[in-house]
Amino acid sequence: MISLWYASRAAGMLALILLTGTVVLGALTGGRASSARWPRFTIAALHHNLSLLTVAFVAAHVVTAVVDGYAGIAWLDTVVPFVSVYHPFWLGLGAAAFDLLLALVATSLLRTRISPKVWRAVHWAAYACWPVALLHGFGIGAGDTQSGWGLAVVIACLAAAIAAVLWRVGTSSPDTRARRGAEKAWSLR
Amino acid sequence: MTEHLRVDPIACRANGLCADLLPELVDLDEWGYPIVAGSDVPAPLRATATRAVRACPALALSLTDR
Amino acid sequence: MTTTQHAAAPQDADHRLLADWYETGAPADLATHLTRHGPAPLDAYPGGHGRDQLIAELERSGLRGRGGAGFPTGRKLRAVAAGGRGPVVLVNACEGEPVSGKDHALLSLAPHLVLDGAVLAAHAVAAVEIIVCLHDGDPLARPLANAVAARRTDPVPIRFQPVPRRYVASEESALVNLLNTGDARPTSKPPRPDQRGVAGRPTLVDNVETLAHLALIARYGADWFRATGTQDTPGTTLVTVTGAVREPGVREVACGTPVGTVLRLADAAADAQAVLVGGIAGAWLPLPFAARVPLAHRELADAGAALGVGALFVLPANACGVAETAHIVRYLAGESAAQCGPCVFGLPALADDLARIAGATADTGVIARLANRLAIVEGRGACRHPDGAVRVTRSALRTFATDVDRHRAGQRCVHSGQSYVPLRQGERGYR
Repeated sequence: MISLWYASRAAGMLALILLTGTVVLGALTGGRASSARWPRFTIAALHHNLSLLTVAFVAAHVVTAVVDGYAGIAWLDTVVPFVSVYHPFWLGLGAAAFDLLLALVATSLLRTRISPKVWRAVHWAAYACWPVALLHGFGIGAGDTQSGWGLAVVIACLAAAIAAVLWRVGTSSPDTRARRGAEKAWSLR
Repeated sequence: MTEHLRVDPIACRANGLCADLLPELVDLDEWGYPIVAGSDVPAPLRATATRAVRACPALALSLTDR
Repeated sequence: MTTTQHAAAPQDADHRLLADWYETGAPADLATHLTRHGPAPLDAYPGGHGRDQLIAELERSGLRGRGGAGFPTGRKLRAVAAGGRGPVVLVNACEGEPVSGKDHALLSLAPHLVLDGAVLAAHAVAAVEIIVCLHDGDPLARPLANAVAARRTDPVPIRFQPVPRRYVASEESALVNLLNTGDARPTSKPPRPDQRGVAGRPTLVDNVETLAHLALIARYGADWFRATGTQDTPGTTLVTVTGAVREPGVREVACGTPVGTVLRLADAAADAQAVLVGGIAGAWLPLPFAARVPLAHRELADAGAALGVGALFVLPANACGVAETAHIVRYLAGESAAQCGPCVFGLPALADDLARIAGATADTGVIARLANRLAIVEGRGACRHPDGAVRVTRSALRTFATDVDRHRAGQRCVHSGQSYVPLRQGERGYR
């Protein structure tokens, strides 16, 4: 069963890359990036589809880790943080990130049926999900992510996400600025 | 039973995806907000209109019966 | 009993709401009110059948709202009553219109007529609560609270809600939003307040003058109400006259009274050039043309204006109508709730274009650009605020067409840039 363990580590690495890509595209979507070849709905659709692919790889990463049995990880450990026998802290971070990811995807799939404020609040939690996932990968990955090309991938993901977030923070649409100005004038915030 | 395209002006944040996806029915004013001309959706455009409704990041676009 | 017996009806065709004031020069306290009008005739409309009769009487009366929109009052009552589920009555005592003072006058001089109207309206729709909405810091708050306390027999609780001093805060859905969430900004419709309002209940929002008329109709009947005024605008109305007049203030006149008669009562300047009808977001009409126009819905509509809140602002001869309108639209832009793009961006753009015209700035495309923008801004907000700015702008381009041409030809205003319409940008709101 040792091959499933390796599959889990590989899937985890891929999930991290895909999640980073999802966050970058999410920042681009929220920041209203667009070009002639990449109109708004294309970037938004790419973000949406990549997030689903990410969930698939995270699921594969989680399932193979549990089924393999090498580390004695229980099913509960995958969604309840910090209760595992195996590296409780680092694994717990992964469980936390997984929970956030499930919340993100569930609320997005039910977007038309839930309050827009709830959807927005949960979606902002995405910016918490990614660093937690990264820390999980870095901490639990040991040799995989703390040296060699594994570390290079982690650093590249970190750089990409930071760049995207910095860009996102620096943009605001005229609509947002007008609303914020008015809310100040009406003393609503 | 005609379907009717409607913009919630308070929810709308001028993202503009609706105009990209449904230029036959949606124009943008000089500030980027949608003008839904006529607003009755002919049958051939129903599917695209539904796509546009789903694509709106602010969920400001809707299709109603009228 | 198929018809309600009506008390001895007042005979004056012009002074009904303010009858006591015109007679005695003093505000009507509860005793005076009861002497003249008796108590609110709830007993004359008992039970479900009685409520229906009261609404029918109001429908027959042809009373239309006096808060600006002119919506038929009976129809609104009918809609709220049909909503079921313990309706709420909101008394709109927020006079946000800078050139109108009639609501304040009415509340000072005949508060019990207004309160009777609220109680009767609540009875008609089987409401569970009456909420009086008044701008925060309004000096009438204390006297009104005292007036409510003096009355002991009202069957429905009456409470007060302070409202932020902003122009759009007294819009129907804004009042409902304030009561529901603390945010006094208009909301998208549907649902309308009469369908789902305060706490999800059908909500009747009526202007204080509307309710005062209602209180009299319930006592004296639709036929009495219709004995004055016009066919489509029966009864009397309160009019506020300000501007180039020597006797500004609030008066009560029969509907259909020509604008000129009211201006004469206020001793308007003989050479005044125009009058702004309905409020600052109403319509300019030139003088002397406007003098012949009756103060009634249909005739005003035919003339390109509307009754609105019954306010008449008289523009002096040496003012520039275009500059005044630029000033007004700039104010309206500042009072936008900034929830809808076409309003928050469109109104400043309209104000800019008007200022450019008034300033005789070289800008060949400004008229066409303004016309386009007017078409784009109209009807694309969640409330009627941008529509008001469009209306007053269009009427200015029509009424002051000669001035517009002169400015386009490079002529600047002869007189100083002084503005005549009294506008002060809204104070900081609060929740």
